[in-house]
Amino acid sequence: MSAAATEVSPRASDPTITPELVADHGLSTEEYERILEALGREPTLTELGVFSAMWSEHCGYKNSKRLLSLLPTEAPWVIEGPGENAGVIDVGDGWAVAFKIESHNHPSAVEPYQGAATGVGGILRDIFTMGARPIATLDSLRFGDLDDGRVRYLFGGVVKGIGDYGNCVGIPNLGGEVYFDRGYEGNPIVNAMAIGLMRRDELITGAAKGVGNTLMTVGARTGRDGIHGATFASEELSEENEAKRPRVQVGDPFTEKLLLEASLELIGSGAITGIQDMGAAGLTSSASEMAGRAGNGVEIDVALVPVREARMTPYEILLSESQERMLVIAETGREDEVGRILQKWELEAAVIGQVTDDGMFRVLENGTVVADIPSLPLTQGCPTYERPGLESKEVKELRERDLSHISSGQGDLTGQLLELMGSPNLASKRWLFQQYDTTVRAASVIRPGGDAGVVRIPGTRRGIAATTDCNGRYCFLHPRRGAAIAVAEAARNLVCVGAVPTAVTNNLNFGNPLKPAIYHQLREAVLGIAEACLLFETPVTGGNVSLYNETDGAAIYPTPVIGMLGMVEDVERVCRHAFARTGDAIVLLGTNKGEMGASEYAYVLHDLVAGDPPGIDLLAERELQRAVLAMMQEDLLGSAHDCAEGGLACTLVEAALGDGAHSFGIEVALTDQMAPVPLLFGESQGRVVVSCLPERLARVAELAGSHDVPCAQIGQVSEPGGSLRIRAGTSGVDVPVRDLADAFFGVIPARMDSPAEATPAPDTW
Amino acid sequence: MRVVVVTFPGSNCDQDCHRAVELSGGEPSYLWHREHGLSDADAVILPGGFAYGDYLRAGAIARFSPAMEDVVAFARQGGPVLAICNGFQIACEADLLPGALMRNRTIRFHSFDQRLRVETTDTMWTSSYEPGQILSMPVAHAEGNYEADPDTLDRLEADGRVLFRYVDAKGDASDEGNPNGSARNIAGIMNEEGNVMGLMPHPDRAMDAVVGSVDGCGVFQSLARHLSSAGVG
Repeated sequence: MSAAATEVSPRASDPTITPELVADHGLSTEEYERILEALGREPTLTELGVFSAMWSEHCGYKNSKRLLSLLPTEAPWVIEGPGENAGVIDVGDGWAVAFKIESHNHPSAVEPYQGAATGVGGILRDIFTMGARPIATLDSLRFGDLDDGRVRYLFGGVVKGIGDYGNCVGIPNLGGEVYFDRGYEGNPIVNAMAIGLMRRDELITGAAKGVGNTLMTVGARTGRDGIHGATFASEELSEENEAKRPRVQVGDPFTEKLLLEASLELIGSGAITGIQDMGAAGLTSSASEMAGRAGNGVEIDVALVPVREARMTPYEILLSESQERMLVIAETGREDEVGRILQKWELEAAVIGQVTDDGMFRVLENGTVVADIPSLPLTQGCPTYERPGLESKEVKELRERDLSHISSGQGDLTGQLLELMGSPNLASKRWLFQQYDTTVRAASVIRPGGDAGVVRIPGTRRGIAATTDCNGRYCFLHPRRGAAIAVAEAARNLVCVGAVPTAVTNNLNFGNPLKPAIYHQLREAVLGIAEACLLFETPVTGGNVSLYNETDGAAIYPTPVIGMLGMVEDVERVCRHAFARTGDAIVLLGTNKGEMGASEYAYVLHDLVAGDPPGIDLLAERELQRAVLAMMQEDLLGSAHDCAEGGLACTLVEAALGDGAHSFGIEVALTDQMAPVPLLFGESQGRVVVSCLPERLARVAELAGSHDVPCAQIGQVSEPGGSLRIRAGTSGVDVPVRDLADAFFGVIPARMDSPAEATPAPDTW
Repeated sequence: MRVVVVTFPGSNCDQDCHRAVELSGGEPSYLWHREHGLSDADAVILPGGFAYGDYLRAGAIARFSPAMEDVVAFARQGGPVLAICNGFQIACEADLLPGALMRNRTIRFHSFDQRLRVETTDTMWTSSYEPGQILSMPVAHAEGNYEADPDTLDRLEADGRVLFRYVDAKGDASDEGNPNGSARNIAGIMNEEGNVMGLMPHPDRAMDAVVGSVDGCGVFQSLARHLSSAGVG
């Protein structure tokens, strides 16, 4: 790499670059050597800060990049794969969909309200910077045990943060998932996914095209908040992190809404050639990445950047993560037009530099060069590592634990079912969803609470279905299989609403990758995703990696969250999870194998996270999904529900309870030669419970048979508000649906709304 | 029926209202909050959202916008104004409607389908409904708790200006059926002249069976019927 031609001298107040200062910036000795090589000289403090942010795990993906290259990313319908602000797929009729998932785990652990709110803000900006109007969000959340006061504070704050932000911007929430498990104590997971819709020809990318074009900042001013947020997100948490609270950004959804409208108007005007959110690592990453994508250079003067506070240094301006800001590339001569559009939306725009042809990321302060770095090594040269991976012995022992005492147990099965339905993991998440606007934009066909959410594409009969899935316990005990199951379950959920699985965005949430046991989890999980996504033909179009999710040395469960989109051909024919009519036949597709490993039953009733997670046969799974879609094509089904946590019994309860307003009793008899506990509560994959009119049963069985999918009527839907009766061999459960409803709908409100346990009120803006 | 939808910075149901007018056979257009121009309007909609961020108090800033000067003048001349959700809050702040919308009694944002009962049908807003008809429409608000002094409430009742009430599964205006603590379960009211209606639930989101309900259509159909009988296309 050639040395920079321009003279760069340290600013008067800059400290000397010492090994300690380098280490404080999260850079290793080897990485510092590379910086010296790239620059051909010592960096200034400003340059060190720039490298530190760009080569952080968060921006540089240094411990995951090599693994990510194993994921399938291509398909004829993929327009933009990984590397852009968001993935984009073609959905036909001239429409394209941008979608992505992103984590805000670290900020949410420190300041749940702002952490979650800015997570939503960031992912929305990633969508509308592609030219797409956001039409839905989903959230994948993990917390510790809800009995813990701090967990309730985090949970309450995150839910309010997501709600306040998304509600104000006016984007409907379509669902997602929430799990509570001690494995996330101290390290909650907050992954936000957003989906946007655009005409195909409205697509714009984050590239600094056209030498001589003008760089402009638009939106909010730059302040001192969130400096080094990207580096913070690449560390383990400890007591000391409380002192890092100022690294958490503060969000303003009202400004976001204005920025959304202004950005879409800018893109529509043709006055700009590129646009990017100033997200993690702020101006540094947006400017250098835009330059890198176009193979150009950029020159900016930080003195031209509108700031909120006086006397900000170049270091601070470059690394600030103040929210609701964008960097745009304006066509030369059209800067005023950009200014006028921003002014209409009561936002600021400022010219801060231009696109150059020398490939350098050059920063000036009042005309004096303070940083001059070749863009390519900065954006692409982050060293990537393949680490040694080795499964932890403890995990192996846990996986091999004999659970036969659980399987052979019996006791009061009805009581056990009630206890399970009242576990926060299985209980209704209505308490959250009712705090999110789920109906704005008037296109929500299936709202949160079902297997997947569905929004209509305006003016058409078609729809987009979306889900997020991941069982962290499965991934903890068997990362590869757990990750493959996450993909399979996501696809199964989409199929259950009548959608064809189409593409994936993923969020890899893991601990510290420098530990062999964690790197092992990461590698295995990526392999599991790759294998399943290949088979389901659902390419990964992007996503996010969040590592170092550890508190005082204890890592979260490996949690590779899969966000999957599916296409619905006719929104008037979507299928729902709830039983629809008295007298319908209840049919099980798939096989009960009685697998109890890593089950919710073992966790709730035996306080155990152990055993071998359920097996997954991806080919059989694909056939099952094809069979269900074929049944829906012929309008045979009254309902379809994925069989997941809590096993067949809990799946039947969910289908019987529905939304609580129209609950049905059921009469089911299971004849498998198996002890009742594994039969009722085992979590075997590849199962779907469907219901249909009795006269359609033969056709359902025929279609199942043509896909080699086991199919058996196990019972029928009885009267509304009746009892749920499941016979399992000689024993079984028998309980009024009202009692199940009390447990299912009551538990989360009871924990969260109890006046004595009120959540600390978040700071208001 | 030419209907102008006012867009404030932070409005987020303006497009939904625009489409609702289209679906009802009307001709919708937008008016930006900084502009004037209602001369061609047959009716105006103040849509839902978070005008100006609602940081001070919902609707408190929006009432001062230039477009609102026109809306107030339009209303004073008898022009029909439909104020939905945030629009209802703005209309109260602008004294187009009596009372105020307070925080929900749970202090939380609420979003779900809500049952309503049609209380009066001889108005320009409700003539397409049956008296006592039970409707379902989405609600989505944090400040929907309608309050007014007892005299005002009595007058609203006596004049038949309570158009919609929140009700439970049995159709009763019970406390259980009241989602936000509104006085006397009031969900929608009109002014003395009958040309301004404020409604907390969203008829604009209940125009399509595929998204859950068509019960909002009646509001727009009633308005269209009124305008056509008044000789307006």
